[in-house]
Amino acid sequence: MPPPDDHRHDRGHSHDHDHDHGQAPPSDMALRVKALESLLAEKGLVDPAALDAIIDTYEHKVGPRNGARVVARAWTDPAFRQRLLADATAAIIELGCDGGLEGRFLVALENTPEVHNLVVCTLCSCYPWAVLGLPPVWYKSPPYRSRAVIDPRGVLAEFGLRIPDEVEVRVWDSTAEVRYMVVPERPAGTEGWTEEALAALVTRDSMIGVGRGLAPEAAA
Amino acid sequence: MNGAHDMGGMHGLGPVVPEADEPVFHECWEGHVLALTLAGFSWGRWTVDKWRHQHEKIPGTDYLRMTYYEKWATSLVELMVGAGLVTREEVGPAWPAVGTQGTAPWISAREVATEPGFRIGDKVRTRNINPTGHTRLPRYARGREGVVTRLHGAHVLPDATAHGLGDRRQPLYQVRFEAAELWGPDASRRDAVHLDLWEDYLDHA
Repeated sequence: MPPPDDHRHDRGHSHDHDHDHGQAPPSDMALRVKALESLLAEKGLVDPAALDAIIDTYEHKVGPRNGARVVARAWTDPAFRQRLLADATAAIIELGCDGGLEGRFLVALENTPEVHNLVVCTLCSCYPWAVLGLPPVWYKSPPYRSRAVIDPRGVLAEFGLRIPDEVEVRVWDSTAEVRYMVVPERPAGTEGWTEEALAALVTRDSMIGVGRGLAPEAAA
Repeated sequence: MNGAHDMGGMHGLGPVVPEADEPVFHECWEGHVLALTLAGFSWGRWTVDKWRHQHEKIPGTDYLRMTYYEKWATSLVELMVGAGLVTREEVGPAWPAVGTQGTAPWISAREVATEPGFRIGDKVRTRNINPTGHTRLPRYARGREGVVTRLHGAHVLPDATAHGLGDRRQPLYQVRFEAAELWGPDASRRDAVHLDLWEDYLDHA
């Protein structure tokens, strides 16, 4: 365990997203969790170094860049696209994405000019960690979980996506261990682009279904 | 159980608020709760279904008030106390007991083979069940007619594993429900919602 006054994680975070956080006193939850972790370490149930390694993995190693590589490969390699749509669990392993936790049964859903797919978990927060990392707060929030199934077009409009009436909206409520990812449509004007350049156009939101692939000029 | 977690189709829970450039963890302790939770699974004392049901047993008013990782931490403590890994005295007043203990699952009495009883294209109707225990059949999709669109193989029935009733493997189906079947005639005639549902949840329509 680090000593009680060790705030190295807090400082690290403050550089990224919250410049006041480093000066703030530890929150009630910070103290409660620290005490809990100390108790479990004393009992030999957890190894603090192993916990830090887990945190590092989820902060820095898994994330939507994995899914973006999968989508970019599907856009450039028709045979891979076929394999991905038939058995995404096996296809992502080809790209070194470990199915592992929250990705043992993965299904890829392709957006087309006729069909727009949207993924939600109304009962909790199921999400394809293997390709997208941990879900954003809004995905786990009551507003999204409650509304995505009854008013998907309204939710999409709030994300700036107007789905024409003639396009079918398919919502996927992740009620089992099967995880869903969306393969967005390839942006126009990207003919001849490399897989790596295309991957930069694939956003997390586009793989949940609340966004589209970025326009080519956004990659500049 | 018909808890606050089963919120598909509810109104009045506010707008969806995305955050630009959202960090993976907003506070350092959240990462620690995630890591402790994953470490907890490695002890093999509870299943993911039991863990999910533990969240559901948090009283509805608290469930809606608590942040995501606050619920995770609370459930972890409850599971550890329940498994005898720590005592209430050891965790202290910072972690008071939360929620109900006794809930009962609903498991059909019929024999369910691991071979699928439904095929792709079959019309099915979900059962209208309201167990106080864990289920993955949300309220909004009970008693509704849909069509099987994919077979997912056999998966353990969460309604059983959440209650320590063993790994009852059953066929799992992807089922398509027309939006109008779920939400009535005002819903888009073109749209649909898909759910993954176990054999025990389904009858032939």
